[in-house]
Amino acid sequence: MRLPAGTAIRRALATPRGRAGIMALGAIVVFGIFAPFALPDPFAQPDIVSGAMQAPSAVHPFGTDQLSRDVLSRVATGARVSLAVAAVAVALSMTLGALVGLVAGYFGGAVDAVLMRLVDGAMAVPRLFVLLLLVAAWERMPLTALMLVIGATGWLGTSRLVRAEVLRLKDADFVRGAEALGARSGRIMFRHLLPNTMGPLLVAATLGVGDVILLEAGLSFLGMGVRPPTPSWGGMILDGKDVLTAAPWVSIFPGLAIIATVLAVNLFGDALRAASDPRET
Amino acid sequence: MTALLDVRDLRVSFPDGAGRIHPVDGVSFTIERGKTLALVGESGCGKSLTSLALLRLIPPPGRIDDGSSVTLDGTDLLSLKPDALRAVRGRRIAMIFQDPMTSLNPVFRIGDQITEVMHAHFKMSKQDAREQAVLLLQEVGIPDPDERLRAYPHQLSGGMRQRVMIAIALAGQPELLIADEPTTALDVTVQAQILELLDHLRRTRDMAMLLITHDLGIVAGRADHVAVMYAGQLIETAPTRELFDRPSHPYTQGLFASVPRLSGPVGRLMPIAGTVPPPNAWPAGCRFRPRCPIKHPKSETMPPMLRAGPEHEMRCWLAEDGK
Repeated sequence: MRLPAGTAIRRALATPRGRAGIMALGAIVVFGIFAPFALPDPFAQPDIVSGAMQAPSAVHPFGTDQLSRDVLSRVATGARVSLAVAAVAVALSMTLGALVGLVAGYFGGAVDAVLMRLVDGAMAVPRLFVLLLLVAAWERMPLTALMLVIGATGWLGTSRLVRAEVLRLKDADFVRGAEALGARSGRIMFRHLLPNTMGPLLVAATLGVGDVILLEAGLSFLGMGVRPPTPSWGGMILDGKDVLTAAPWVSIFPGLAIIATVLAVNLFGDALRAASDPRET
Repeated sequence: MTALLDVRDLRVSFPDGAGRIHPVDGVSFTIERGKTLALVGESGCGKSLTSLALLRLIPPPGRIDDGSSVTLDGTDLLSLKPDALRAVRGRRIAMIFQDPMTSLNPVFRIGDQITEVMHAHFKMSKQDAREQAVLLLQEVGIPDPDERLRAYPHQLSGGMRQRVMIAIALAGQPELLIADEPTTALDVTVQAQILELLDHLRRTRDMAMLLITHDLGIVAGRADHVAVMYAGQLIETAPTRELFDRPSHPYTQGLFASVPRLSGPVGRLMPIAGTVPPPNAWPAGCRFRPRCPIKHPKSETMPPMLRAGPEHEMRCWLAEDGK
């Protein structure tokens, strides 16, 4: 038995973990949305006056990089990119995973066997490898395409999760009841089954956000993700790699941003997972 | 008067190893418009599967065997196309289940669950459906129906939820209501109320009812006919009065002897020895033979339904002996 999504969120927010996670995540989102307006534009205005690779100071709290750009404002703009990639990719992979899981679980039999063997096969190929291949093959991949590609490779686990939930639920009396009352299969899947899988789906989505942020950072660090000059946290770490000893702040601050975001998301996701299980109090 | 529902030779089978077992094995009965038939039997006798088969809700890999027939007012339900079948489900035949805790969708308001049925079967505006839902909740005895439309299932008690289930079943204005152990999961005091309600609704709406139960006690005074089921077969059918006055099959007599009585001489309760054998272990001949206190000489041959009195039949060779 799992609790409905709304109850689970409320219970998660009542725990210190959940509250800390959501507050930290909220702070990062607000920072990403509003801070770039208050900070020097990382594209247009390299601060020639202070110069390149300045240590953190009152003017540049996170210092400046090799191109005299303000690291704080680049971290803030990078938050927008990272969070947008995470949001779009996770939304896409949850949608695909829920669809495949619903269809496989509800129809069962041959449909289920074919879909799940495909998923098994796809799961045997490392995701990063597929992404690197795609990104390498598609030169100058636009950011939107990157988001979609990350999302389209991330739904496999979700489809299994949703399928398992559907298998558990589809013999429930209320589903039998809906059938007895003349409901169509589409209606039973989307109206009766899907909302009842929202709890676990939400947990998977939250934890998936952390994964995607790390994945995007990894790709960008390899120079295969977000293209410069668009700032992304992974790309910034790559930029700072050559000056790591002379100006460690160029790499450290985006690194800290990644850690803080993933930690916040996982804290909340873990609280949500615990809260959606009524046996844990 | 022709029957509303006519079930002939209904057989449900499931794969079992190399062969197939038949948990429902040749069940025939009729229900007349506005009347109640009680289908009585122990757990595992096949009574719930029988009710699911009427709406073709047998979960795969189970199936209804060829040669079975279920006819509703002249329509052969077993040969209907999916769309036509859906138009019968919930509209002409509705069903309520044993456990009101699990038969309502936990994430929807009850109002939406009632109007869903109306939208599935009638062209109706949201406003009209809502008004209908309020009337239905009123009819099944739920106080403050306007308020309750917005409630979620977990905010209601077991009895209230079963009333909501009944309202949902009524939303399609069915001609036949199948109630599968409708009160088993409820408190005794609530049981009586729900049974009264069902009986009241049957009379006011002229709706036929198939009442499935293991409890002979709730049958008296509420059902017109009783069919007793054992090991996938009907073993005795009679008008309720007749069955209570003259239970004839040794199994039925055993059932009565194992129910505590409030009136009459106080005697020991006589449980029937043993349990219903599973469908893969039914004995040849009369299926009740291993548990039967009377060893009839012919019981190694399966008896057919034999006449035991006016409108009274039983599957026992004793009927031939004119006992």
